[in-house]
Amino acid sequence: MFHSTRSRAAWGAALAAVLLTAGCGGSDDASADAADYDPDAPVTLTVGTFGTMDFDNAGLYEEYMELHPNVTIEQNNVAQSAAYYKSLQTRLAAGSGLDDIQALEIGFIADVVANHADAFVDFAAEENADELESNFYDWKWGQATTQDGQTIGLGTDSGPQAMCYRKDLFQQAGLPTDRTEVGELWPTWDAYLDVAREYKTTTGNPILDSPASIFSSSVYQGDEAYNDEDGNPIPEESSGVERAWGFASQAAEEGLTANLSQFGDEWNAAFSNGAFATIACPAWMLGYINSQMGDAGAGLWDIAPLPGSSESASNWGGSFLGVPADGDNVEAAKDLAEWLTAPEQQIKLFTETAHFPSSPTAADDPQVKDAVNEYFSGAPTGEIFGAAAEGIRRTPIGPYDTQIQEAFTTALTDIASNGTDPDEAFQDAIKASEQAIGG
Amino acid sequence: MTIASQSPRDALIAAPTVVSQLDPDRPPAARRRTKLTRNNWGYAYVAPFFLVFGAFSLYPFLYTAWVSLHRTSLSNIDGGTWVGLENYRNLLQSEFFWNAARNTLTIGILSTVPQLCMALGLAHLLNYKLRGRTFFRTAMLMPYATSIAAATLVFAQLFGRDYGLINTMLEAVGLERIDWESGTWTSQFAIAVIVTWRWTGYNALIYLAAMQSIPGELYEAAEIDGASRWKQFLHVTIPSLRPTILFTVVVSTIGAVQLFGEPLLFAGNGTTSGGSSGQYQTLGLLMYQQGWSNFHIGQAATTAWAMFMIILVIVGVNAVIGRLRARADR
Repeated sequence: MFHSTRSRAAWGAALAAVLLTAGCGGSDDASADAADYDPDAPVTLTVGTFGTMDFDNAGLYEEYMELHPNVTIEQNNVAQSAAYYKSLQTRLAAGSGLDDIQALEIGFIADVVANHADAFVDFAAEENADELESNFYDWKWGQATTQDGQTIGLGTDSGPQAMCYRKDLFQQAGLPTDRTEVGELWPTWDAYLDVAREYKTTTGNPILDSPASIFSSSVYQGDEAYNDEDGNPIPEESSGVERAWGFASQAAEEGLTANLSQFGDEWNAAFSNGAFATIACPAWMLGYINSQMGDAGAGLWDIAPLPGSSESASNWGGSFLGVPADGDNVEAAKDLAEWLTAPEQQIKLFTETAHFPSSPTAADDPQVKDAVNEYFSGAPTGEIFGAAAEGIRRTPIGPYDTQIQEAFTTALTDIASNGTDPDEAFQDAIKASEQAIGG
Repeated sequence: MTIASQSPRDALIAAPTVVSQLDPDRPPAARRRTKLTRNNWGYAYVAPFFLVFGAFSLYPFLYTAWVSLHRTSLSNIDGGTWVGLENYRNLLQSEFFWNAARNTLTIGILSTVPQLCMALGLAHLLNYKLRGRTFFRTAMLMPYATSIAAATLVFAQLFGRDYGLINTMLEAVGLERIDWESGTWTSQFAIAVIVTWRWTGYNALIYLAAMQSIPGELYEAAEIDGASRWKQFLHVTIPSLRPTILFTVVVSTIGAVQLFGEPLLFAGNGTTSGGSSGQYQTLGLLMYQQGWSNFHIGQAATTAWAMFMIILVIVGVNAVIGRLRARADR
């Protein structure tokens, strides 16, 4: 033989190393058929979530496992939704590694709807589709539905918006502090800007945290935000963008905001320092304010309707649960997703952890409707956010809303901090949007 | 030197050739067998490295080139459409690219030049017999041992507009507060400070190690000729350090081209635009924005390759300069 034993051993060692590296690949592909589904068979379901979706904190997993002793639920939570989405995308691309249920945020649901609808179970094709649809606000159901009627996710919470204000700072500025009177101060954004100017004249301080607070909330009050009816991005032509930009760029130019970048360190610090007196408040922002200010902030804040809300309300945030269609436990996962997003559970999620429902049935329940928030001076949050949720329009959303919104809020910051001309800043935002959309 | 080059492994690999040369009477097949066998073991030993290198360096490298020729998204990398060199054409016409390239260059100069000069000075000082020398040498390396993220987050707070320590101090001595993050030069200066803080000690230690291998006779001779300490530094230390300086310049330049973590975290809110007008967006950050904020992975791959090309050119220029200097000295 040409090869000695030793040389064969050498090649063997090299080969073993190759196999070791190659072994990382492979995946098994055994999706269960609906026909074979045994609801009582032992099953472990994984739920991919991000941030604080609080199914665990509200005790919903435990309750489900008690109701269904054969089911074990494991949650894989990622702190940041952006990081979560990146890994979800790579898993969708690879077609493996997906959890039995994947949470989908409003910021990227449109991308999933447009590009990955087939990777998820279509709830509109289920036998109980009508019942499921009736659980949700039509705009919420619509956000997870494709052009040809596939619905790839069931709504969890939602983010109807109001305007939070500091009673103590309003008093110092000689403004009313009662929430009804404050609401009457700003029926429109123009009226709000007048209040902001007055506040600046009397106190010398800005009334609002950031121009983004105006832009991000008013842009969804129009008929269209960043997209046309078909979900194609049209930031330059959109009437909603034009209107929101008008209000926000005035505020930025006149120094009516503290020009803080939202969710940055300085913004966080500014809550406690009273650097601003109002902030656009989606339902989930209450918890954020509470966590930033702690007990010191109790009773300082109150909640009034968002400017312009008599014509149209606005939604910021909220999520969905989707079931990947190729999973091993699709049927069991569908049952769990339907249960977690049912009105009864949305009520629990609200009473336990303050996530506002995306279901009108849940929002009308006395436990939600009559809820007050003591931290926010006993404001009737159920009523305020319930009314806002009713008034939300079904504004078309698109795959690049997050990026386009960031382009505009960044340009607004540029006006406020560097004195850039608003028209020039608008063109910069359009260029940055095109960069995000194109390619 | 002689001991170092004759490591056992080298000896093992060199042995068969020596044996075969010394033993011309052995039949050719047997000779070849010995050689092959021995060499095969060599391959087996180095195989793990090359497999890992292949899987995690070479393959991604080539795959990136392939992806850069497609229009494709992060969630559908293999399903893109072939566009040839269009991504490269778009990149060269993109004002975002040129802005990022300009920022990378200016931040690179602002951080690399002071960093290396200070490192040289520090190394020179630490080369003297000082009390507590070991402490200073260790302390100097501490920033390098700190994670980029932790350091940047702390610096971003120090440079904060409203509640930053630096502005508080400026105000205390009667100067105006500075909005560090929103200005072009101020933000680039702040980022350069972070980079300089982190890498000065590391480079100083490299210089120090090189300085210690300069023979003491050179200094003695210079001293006899009446050269001052400064003259000694200029005419003995610097020329002897030339290869080391070239090495640190090359390494720092590569680091500067790849600068990413500092500008990303300096923004403080996770945005990838590098400031309100992209005033501190570097090429690394642009690549991240294209690939992981906008999900255009083809564009990101193109930017990655452009960065690679830029590094190749810079390293090439450095090598040529080094060689020309060496030839001129001879």
